[in-house]
Amino acid sequence: MQKLPKWADVGLIPAINLALALIVSGLVVSLIGQDPFEALAIMVRGAVGSTYGWGYTLYYATNFVFTGLAVAIAFHAKLFNIGGEGQAQLGSLGVALVCLAVPWPHWTLALPSAIVGGALFGAAWAAIPGYLQAKRGSHIVITTIMFNFIASALLVYLLVGALKAPGMAPETVRFPEGARLPSAQEILAVVGIPFSRTPLNISFLVALIACWGVWLLLWRMRLGYEIRAFGHSEPAARYAGISPLRITMLTMLISGALAGLMGINAVMGEQERLLQDNVLGAGFVGIAVALMGRSHPVGVLLAAILFGALYQGGAELEFETSVPREMVVVIQALVILFTGALDGMVRGPLEKSFLRFRNKPKPGVPAE
Amino acid sequence: MSFFDIIQILDSTIRLATPLLLACLAGLFSERSGIVDIGLEGKMLVAAFFSAAVAALTGDVWLGMLAGIAASMVFALIHGVASITFRGDQLISGVAINFLAAGMTVLIAQDWFQQGSRTPALTGEARFDTLDLPFAEALSGVPFLGPLYADALSGHTILVYVGFLAVPATWWVLFRTRFGLRLRAVGENPGAVDTAGVSVNRLRYAAVLIAGLLCGLAGAYLATGLAAGFTKDMTAGRGFIALAALIFAKWRPWYALFACLLFGFLQALSNRYSTLDLGLIEIPNAFVLALPYILTVVILAGFVGRATPPRAGGEPYIKER
Amino acid sequence: MSDPAIELRGISKSFGPVHANKDIDLRVMPGTIHGIIGENGAGKSTLMSILYGFYKADRGEIHVRGNKVDIPDSQAAIRAGIGMVFQHFKLVQNFTVLENIVLGAEEGALLKTSLGRARKLLKQLSDEYELHVDPDARIENLGVGMQQRVEILKALYRQADILILDEPTGVLTPSEADHLFRILEGLKREGKTIILITHKLREIMEVTDTVSVMRRGEMTATVKTAETDPEELAELMVGRKVLLQVDKAPAKTGETVLEVRNLQVVDESGVERVRKISLEVKRGEILGIAGVAGNGQSELLEVLGGMREGTGEVLLNGAPLPLAGAGSDARTRRRVGVGHVPEDRQTEGLIMNFYAWENVGFGYHDDPRYNRGPLMNNHALREDAEAKIAKFDVRPANCWHTARNFSGGNQQKIVIARELEREPDLLLVGQPTRGVDIGAIEFIHEQIVALRDQGKAILLVSVELDEIMSLSDRIAVMFDGRIMGERLPADTNERELGLLMAGITDTEHEHSHDEIEQNLAQSSGKAG
Repeated sequence: MQKLPKWADVGLIPAINLALALIVSGLVVSLIGQDPFEALAIMVRGAVGSTYGWGYTLYYATNFVFTGLAVAIAFHAKLFNIGGEGQAQLGSLGVALVCLAVPWPHWTLALPSAIVGGALFGAAWAAIPGYLQAKRGSHIVITTIMFNFIASALLVYLLVGALKAPGMAPETVRFPEGARLPSAQEILAVVGIPFSRTPLNISFLVALIACWGVWLLLWRMRLGYEIRAFGHSEPAARYAGISPLRITMLTMLISGALAGLMGINAVMGEQERLLQDNVLGAGFVGIAVALMGRSHPVGVLLAAILFGALYQGGAELEFETSVPREMVVVIQALVILFTGALDGMVRGPLEKSFLRFRNKPKPGVPAE
Repeated sequence: MSFFDIIQILDSTIRLATPLLLACLAGLFSERSGIVDIGLEGKMLVAAFFSAAVAALTGDVWLGMLAGIAASMVFALIHGVASITFRGDQLISGVAINFLAAGMTVLIAQDWFQQGSRTPALTGEARFDTLDLPFAEALSGVPFLGPLYADALSGHTILVYVGFLAVPATWWVLFRTRFGLRLRAVGENPGAVDTAGVSVNRLRYAAVLIAGLLCGLAGAYLATGLAAGFTKDMTAGRGFIALAALIFAKWRPWYALFACLLFGFLQALSNRYSTLDLGLIEIPNAFVLALPYILTVVILAGFVGRATPPRAGGEPYIKER
Repeated sequence: MSDPAIELRGISKSFGPVHANKDIDLRVMPGTIHGIIGENGAGKSTLMSILYGFYKADRGEIHVRGNKVDIPDSQAAIRAGIGMVFQHFKLVQNFTVLENIVLGAEEGALLKTSLGRARKLLKQLSDEYELHVDPDARIENLGVGMQQRVEILKALYRQADILILDEPTGVLTPSEADHLFRILEGLKREGKTIILITHKLREIMEVTDTVSVMRRGEMTATVKTAETDPEELAELMVGRKVLLQVDKAPAKTGETVLEVRNLQVVDESGVERVRKISLEVKRGEILGIAGVAGNGQSELLEVLGGMREGTGEVLLNGAPLPLAGAGSDARTRRRVGVGHVPEDRQTEGLIMNFYAWENVGFGYHDDPRYNRGPLMNNHALREDAEAKIAKFDVRPANCWHTARNFSGGNQQKIVIARELEREPDLLLVGQPTRGVDIGAIEFIHEQIVALRDQGKAILLVSVELDEIMSLSDRIAVMFDGRIMGERLPADTNERELGLLMAGITDTEHEHSHDEIEQNLAQSSGKAG
């Protein structure tokens, strides 16, 4: 018997969790001597009050969609991939290598190649922890954390060595002009819509396609069916002849590839060169996004936009008041805490009160 | 590399190993009780901030340290409530705690000091003084051992010595006391502890709070001993290196000491040389920095000396027959 | 007469809608060995867990030595002088024997003094009760028999004078079990009270003074062991259930479909679960495997179904099936015509969060019929689901319900529909009617018989004896990983099968009490 109706599970609980996170955030804001409602107003205005705000909000959201989907798909197989950060860094490297390898004549050629590059590198970085989990039983959470650090060391090494551009900064040279992705401003200008100059670029559409793709994979493809079955019950997977090794590996490869795709937005779309850190914590935001979005692509998209708005609103907040943008990190932490770790705090009492309204216990079969 | 260089590297090895060691022992207590702790980083960070901030405001480093410990223990308590009382996911709780610390420290630093998310530089009584071990001066003339004793081992702040003494203390508590026996048991088989009539939750809370205390010391040392004040994200992944050291040490106190000294040594090396020239090959700095993580993965993969974590680690305890 | 060591009055306990214990009264006299017998799921363990403070009873009173006591936790039970040896030992694997015994009962904050004192006391207890065990050995290096001794010593160290043992021989070899019984006799002589929970008649007859029988959460009888016999107990245990009549024609058997030779299964912890058994099932017949749960039937099904590896030889229609490595998985099994209704539909047979229509293809999800390239043909799945739901009368007739939202019987109908509709050459069926309501039971039985009549081979595993009796064309009884014997339903009865299930083989004639005693002595002698 289901303890909670579906709408409560996918709607009510996340809403209560989010509300709790926001209330505590509000308390934090007032503790540091600011008016939480005013802060909220500034953040909302900053994030969605102008095309400029929307541009940045959706730019950030694009990153979070990729990393959020990466975490979400792994969750479906009951794997906690905390290595989105490292996989995204490697993905960025893959994108950069593709962009630098060829004097691209046009972005329509560069983008598909960069997608392949980013996905391959991200997948490769997730493959090792996946393999170690499936074959050697090494806890994937710890190995992916370690791989985050190894990834950043690798990038430092490359950017002060082989890939370093002339000059002081540890970064690559600028990508060729032909690898530049069209921005939202340019695209919308074609159809006559004025839009501010922001880093929002065509990668956003790739992110939407990725959402659709993940949905297709999970709920329409045989592999997704197997991933979900494996995640629900490993004995059932064995009963149905689904190989745990195969599913663990494939899931991690896809997860890593999605995280790696973040590179096309951040590196190709915005920086146009590889920096020491292009990911800036987006890999970790992905955890919050996946938790809030209940690991569903639509939920992930909405949560990613919410977090994009938080990041952009946070930047505005810092600009207009003395509240630093780290306020967003606090909110993010509270969202993870309440939706992830303290889920039982809300769920327990809620289930009880729902049960009270349900049918009374009926005499059934005895149990040992 | 001269003898003087070696002494200097050893000296900085000891300084850099101290926060790792304290955090590693914190993790040891928590994980030995069955509560996985990936929030060491966050607890250290919040302790670093509050110890520096209170030291800066009061001019008293001891008050600062207490504040740091208190803050770290509050965070430990959050982890305890989430993972023990509400049986939440310990990993997710740890992640949340790391972010909470990263955000809160900057927020409060900015509110209190308006110096771009840092505390004022600490001076005088607001920092831990160095201690000279007995006869350091007198023995410094003895060849080799003299400088080793006087320059590398002597002349650290008190928390360094506390950190190193915490190793035998941890060992003693864990293996020689009733509390230690129960703690180790609850991380292996909470059912055994429960049926023996001992509260699983109380033991686990105790362990988690001890972890908070030790992380508090680690953070306090970072901000008021190793550095002179708090800067944003100053833990810089040390909590995760400590976690790596814990796995490397197979959850044992003496091994933890060696793991932390090794990882501290690697940090000291990479701080000093941009590349390591070993004659035949040159080892890049980045590789030295990544070595703790690489070694840990190798250990985890079980290719060299398999590390078996406490059996009940990460699982909330639910009564069953 | 002295006060009972334990007296329970009106104990009731429910888990949600399930009544595990209904108004239980029990008196256990001091200095006796009191057996509690019942089938799996009868509520024995729940009752004892209440006594040991693991669960709190919804209603009822507990009296220990005449005093009403409240037992909210294990600590209170220990204080009341109750010790418990759980079915799954509560030992810390990497601790020494001594450390395990001291844990929770230390004296003072330092271990040294506690361990020193414990060592002396342990020596004393070991000598007194013949419970020899090396105090410095690590638990993980000890065999199960030794580990059980440690558990008993743990209780004695805490000065328990009432000792509860929950299925203590489940993991023991017969000789270890005999040794245990000698220990229990010794404890009884010293004035300890022992409660022995078991489902094995032999043990009850051998060591207990009094026996209480539980069935379906209720205490149905308490009798002096000397005044009863295994037949009566078997009947009390199984109960006179409404015999479900299945109309079936005599089997028209054909050639052999499944042939198993020397099949052996060793589980993850190294325990041999199936001990080199051989059997065969022919076309058009149902071979029923009777037995108490945990005697290797589950592992047998899992190996045949491709969920577990084993050694030996298995032939399907004459062709060998791989038992390990490539081709030994469930997918390949299905491809060669093995259907499988698993014992546990909730963790194996169904994905509880999946819709009914998703579950209809589970295990066959790579069937071209359900696929369009890499995509699932959800439309086909739903169509198929609707057809099956209609044909098998699944209620509610809505393929958009998740498996969780169906009752046990309807969940099982979904599984049965999926596996039977494939018309497999061999159908493996485990506990087909566990937790299924009467109406659905009849329907499921009819379906299984219909498949048989189509000339398919069926291997049925069930702990429900009357199900085995009414469905099977041949019955094999499993005990401790072995097949104790084969019978034809017409030539046997529940009593005989019950004795076989308890590991007693010689039941050729109607026996007097003495003869049974003799048989018991022989069987334990043989084993020892």
